[in-house]
Amino acid sequence: MTDPILTLSGISKSFPGVRALNGVSLELYAGEVTALIGENGAGKSTLVKTMTGIYQPDAGEIWVAGKVVTLPTAHSASAVGITAIHQETVLFDEMTVAENIYLGHAPRNRWGMIDWRTMRAEAKKTLDAMAAGIDPDIKLKELGIAKKHLVAVARALSIDAQVVIMDEPTAALSQKEIEELYVLIELLKQDGKAILFISHKFDEIYRIADRFTVFRDGEQVGKGLIRDTAQSQIVQMMVGRAVDQIFPERTAAIGETVLKAKGLSHPTEFEDISFAVRKGEILGFYGLVGAGRSEVMQAVFGMTQPSSGTLVLNGQTIAPKSAADAVEAGIVYVPEERGKQGVITGEPIFKNVSLPSLRKTSKSGFLRLAEEYALARTYTERLDLRASSLSQDVSTLSGGNQQKVVIAKWLATLPKVIILDEPTKGIDIGSKAAVHQFMSELVAEGLSVIMVSSELPEVLGMSDRIVVMREGRIIDTLDNKGLQPETLVRLAAGIAEEQAA
Amino acid sequence: MTDTTATPRRLPNRLDNPFKSTVLSWEGLLVLVAVAIFILNSFASPYFLNEWSLSDMTFNFTEKALIALAMALLIISGEIDLSVAAIIALASTLMGWALQFGADTPVLVAIGVGTGIACGAFNGFLVTGLKLPSIVVTIGTMSLFRGISFIILGDQSFKGYPPSFSWFGQGYVWWVISFELVLFLVCAAVYFVLLQRTNFGRRVYAIGNNDVAAEFSGVRVARTKFVLFCLTGLMSGMAAVLLTARLGSTRPSIAEGWELEAITMVVLGGVSILGGAGTIVGVVLAALIMGLVTFGLGLLNVPGIVMSIFIGALLILVIALPILWRMWRQRTAVRSA
Amino acid sequence: MKALGKHREIWLGLAILLLLVIVTARFPRFAQPQNLLTIFNDTSILMMLALGQMLVILTRSIDLSMAANLALTGMIVAMTNAAFPGVPVPLLMAMCVVIGAGLGAFNGVLVWKLSIPPIVVTLGTLTIYRGLVFVISNGAWVNAAQMSSDFINLQRTVFLGLPLLSWFAIVAAVLFWLLMTRTPLGRSFYAIGVNPTASVYTGINVGRTKFMAFTIAGAMAGLCGYLWVSRYVIASTEVASGYELTIIAACVIGGVSIAGGIGTVGGVLLGAIFLGVINNALPVINISPFWQMAISGSAILLAVVLNARGEKRKGRIILKKAEAV
Repeated sequence: MTDPILTLSGISKSFPGVRALNGVSLELYAGEVTALIGENGAGKSTLVKTMTGIYQPDAGEIWVAGKVVTLPTAHSASAVGITAIHQETVLFDEMTVAENIYLGHAPRNRWGMIDWRTMRAEAKKTLDAMAAGIDPDIKLKELGIAKKHLVAVARALSIDAQVVIMDEPTAALSQKEIEELYVLIELLKQDGKAILFISHKFDEIYRIADRFTVFRDGEQVGKGLIRDTAQSQIVQMMVGRAVDQIFPERTAAIGETVLKAKGLSHPTEFEDISFAVRKGEILGFYGLVGAGRSEVMQAVFGMTQPSSGTLVLNGQTIAPKSAADAVEAGIVYVPEERGKQGVITGEPIFKNVSLPSLRKTSKSGFLRLAEEYALARTYTERLDLRASSLSQDVSTLSGGNQQKVVIAKWLATLPKVIILDEPTKGIDIGSKAAVHQFMSELVAEGLSVIMVSSELPEVLGMSDRIVVMREGRIIDTLDNKGLQPETLVRLAAGIAEEQAA
Repeated sequence: MTDTTATPRRLPNRLDNPFKSTVLSWEGLLVLVAVAIFILNSFASPYFLNEWSLSDMTFNFTEKALIALAMALLIISGEIDLSVAAIIALASTLMGWALQFGADTPVLVAIGVGTGIACGAFNGFLVTGLKLPSIVVTIGTMSLFRGISFIILGDQSFKGYPPSFSWFGQGYVWWVISFELVLFLVCAAVYFVLLQRTNFGRRVYAIGNNDVAAEFSGVRVARTKFVLFCLTGLMSGMAAVLLTARLGSTRPSIAEGWELEAITMVVLGGVSILGGAGTIVGVVLAALIMGLVTFGLGLLNVPGIVMSIFIGALLILVIALPILWRMWRQRTAVRSA
Repeated sequence: MKALGKHREIWLGLAILLLLVIVTARFPRFAQPQNLLTIFNDTSILMMLALGQMLVILTRSIDLSMAANLALTGMIVAMTNAAFPGVPVPLLMAMCVVIGAGLGAFNGVLVWKLSIPPIVVTLGTLTIYRGLVFVISNGAWVNAAQMSSDFINLQRTVFLGLPLLSWFAIVAAVLFWLLMTRTPLGRSFYAIGVNPTASVYTGINVGRTKFMAFTIAGAMAGLCGYLWVSRYVIASTEVASGYELTIIAACVIGGVSIAGGIGTVGGVLLGAIFLGVINNALPVINISPFWQMAISGSAILLAVVLNARGEKRKGRIILKKAEAV
């Protein structure tokens, strides 16, 4: 066994009120993929930022190739050969692909000026070597998210990094694109790079990683070789207790149709979308990322207007022109982008919850705080929200608890239909189970639930029926009885049966 | 990670002591500053502590403060209006123009206020209807509105407003209490209730903190912002009536630079320029402080433009000092740890 | 619409040509080369200021203090010249650049080290700098009689058919073009405007880059302080009052996005020239100069509407058939 390329030892980092990292260590080896595993808030992103020169550790040492280094800036990190490919591609939409690859280390001519010609040629060479099929001269915004990832990988190659950090690189990718990424990772491994792979998904980790390191609450709680370790052991290390991912049992008592969409179309996003959801039913929407599911749901919620088609709610045709209209009609939407569209950070929990229900809690337009607190308490306690008080700023809550605030906000409006868009994306296992449990309670009470999800187990475990979408159209609507996961994947990806086998 | 440690069965409304947090707030600090300047002023000049002096002092800020009230709501919602002073110029010019056709006081007031609302609605339409950034839109309308005044007036001026009109800017309701002061206090009370005690105000804060999430929560963001621009226009129109009545004449350069003073009042009052936070009490106190400072410096015969240095420095200092204080405390905390 | 966004400079150039044609149709002398050169010379100061402002706006900031900076450095240099006529003018100009850069750097430090929003910082320094003009001059003017002839005439010296003032603008334009397209600093102005978070990960110091933008803008304002004072042969508290908005107007008309990250040297020059042509055309076609303000206001509004249309994100394209359109 060779020595590690990069070693972290005793790294600690505190923020006001929070100890994010507490004496953690980590070793990365050339030509190997090490998975960094942990729940949200375990300290993974803090560690990445420490390794890439964004944060300075309070204590501890970083060794690269046998020497202690300090990384005061992002620049110094890339100088010692550490680079990161981030969760949300942090690149520049308005700049060309070539410049995105070379920004910060562009080739210069003899007067110290940027040499665009060489830069473009080198970028083309790197992209061609990856068989990316990307023109280096187009602006980045012209590319889809998967291609943007390729550009990020090209950037990592261009600075000749020894250590490549991939922070949840597959979070926004479709299955097919993930497979392509795996091929690239193999290439990087053969090139002798040490890869730190951060992910929530166990199938990925077992597929691609050689080693693992588990973090919990800012401490390293375990490490080892993937091939010697069972999945349940790692889960236990992560949460500190044993958790099985079991979906709640429920007996379907499904009633009449509540919401019916007929032939909804949009010029560029979706076409001829028809579906119906019944009382007490969970209707799953499965598809690859970017199949147009969120776009359809936002049209149902009034955020965009479809160019044709009708919506019928309890026998009455509705045409919501805004979210406010939809909420009034009884349709609510829990968005995928929780931080941007879900919670209002900077405001306390109770104000978040009461916002759409102000008309109920107020008296002739004037606020009544007691009513607001009561409303917020009723619904947040029902969801078992973990907070110190109702006046706590939502931005200080974990992702799972923020999601509970969003759901509480909508339940308080007493909706007829609740749309959940990727309801458990990026939340920890405990909160995930709570959200699933709660969904089954809602339908038991006679609500209709539409759930958009890209996670197969979730779709199969929760839905009564499943709508599969691909490229803006509905491919099929299936009863969830004895469905095979492969069937859904095949429909969603548009792969013919024989190819899939 | 406070949320994972405790699992109370019943969530309390709040944990901090409301009385303590009020005293230690920005508004508490502003009260201290106001008192300090008041005391300094009374030492600096023997003419200060006199009911008529104090009454004169209020004329220094009431008109600008009227605008600042509405501007505070607009800035809390995450927008800004740089055209308020230009709206005053246009409203005043149109009033003077109507005067040439023999308009009487009620008509003049209606034109002034109506022009304000119309200009505000125009800004509001450009920002919310066409989805343009308010800072550029109002830089544009600022030139446009005042430009129209220049087209109408050139280097001329309108004079000869009737005495019944002048009362709005020069009259007293009772003893030394001017109509301007009464109007300002009434408006301040109305805006306080509107922002801090109504659904509308709650939505304004929500929009300022995150307008996308507010929209997704069923708040009619565009409509709310449109109303705020109209309110700002309305207050500018009212300020135009008061100012024109007080000066008794209209020139196209009237109220030049007032947009900056109104914004300074708002920011000094603790409203976050990034939106989402601030109170009317703070803005009223800031208006009072600015009135006291300019009046005190006036008693010391300091020219107006030099006063503006103090205002500018005050604006930067009140924002910089808390930041410096925090940085200094963090540094000492790290050292002692 | 997409083409308009891409070739904005061409459209702006056409608009200027159209303007020239309309005016020339009635007043043929307007388009004579000599008059066009005069317009260029008249616009030189605005061009240089707008180039400086462009850097600041690219980084998602705004500098409202440029005109006040210009007035203050202008007054300092005029008073220096009046007191010590022997000091050579190039030295005075260097002094202007240094003072202007210092005033700009003060804005920059507040934005960088204290993270105060730029609009608040420059609103404050705008009133401070202009107040200081009054303080140092005691409200008095410095007029032609007090200035040395070198001081007044340097920028009027004709070199290769153009006054030096025009040459200053040309050299500034070339240097800015090199800065923006060929240097890492220039590219980082764009980068932090397009995506500040990504810039940090790329190793760009966002705060320091903003500081550089403010400092360079300040240096341009300082240089223009001398040019303005010697061109109009007067230094007073009122110099360039309200001009900060004209500078921003030139940028906006030239296609600089107020949201940062978008804008070119060519666009800004054309934006300034557009305003210059209008200002010069008004008296020619016998429209009162009092129309000027309303026209530039309308031009800003029109430009910002067009900018927004050009920049508007196309929605996600998911349908196959839509992709072909």
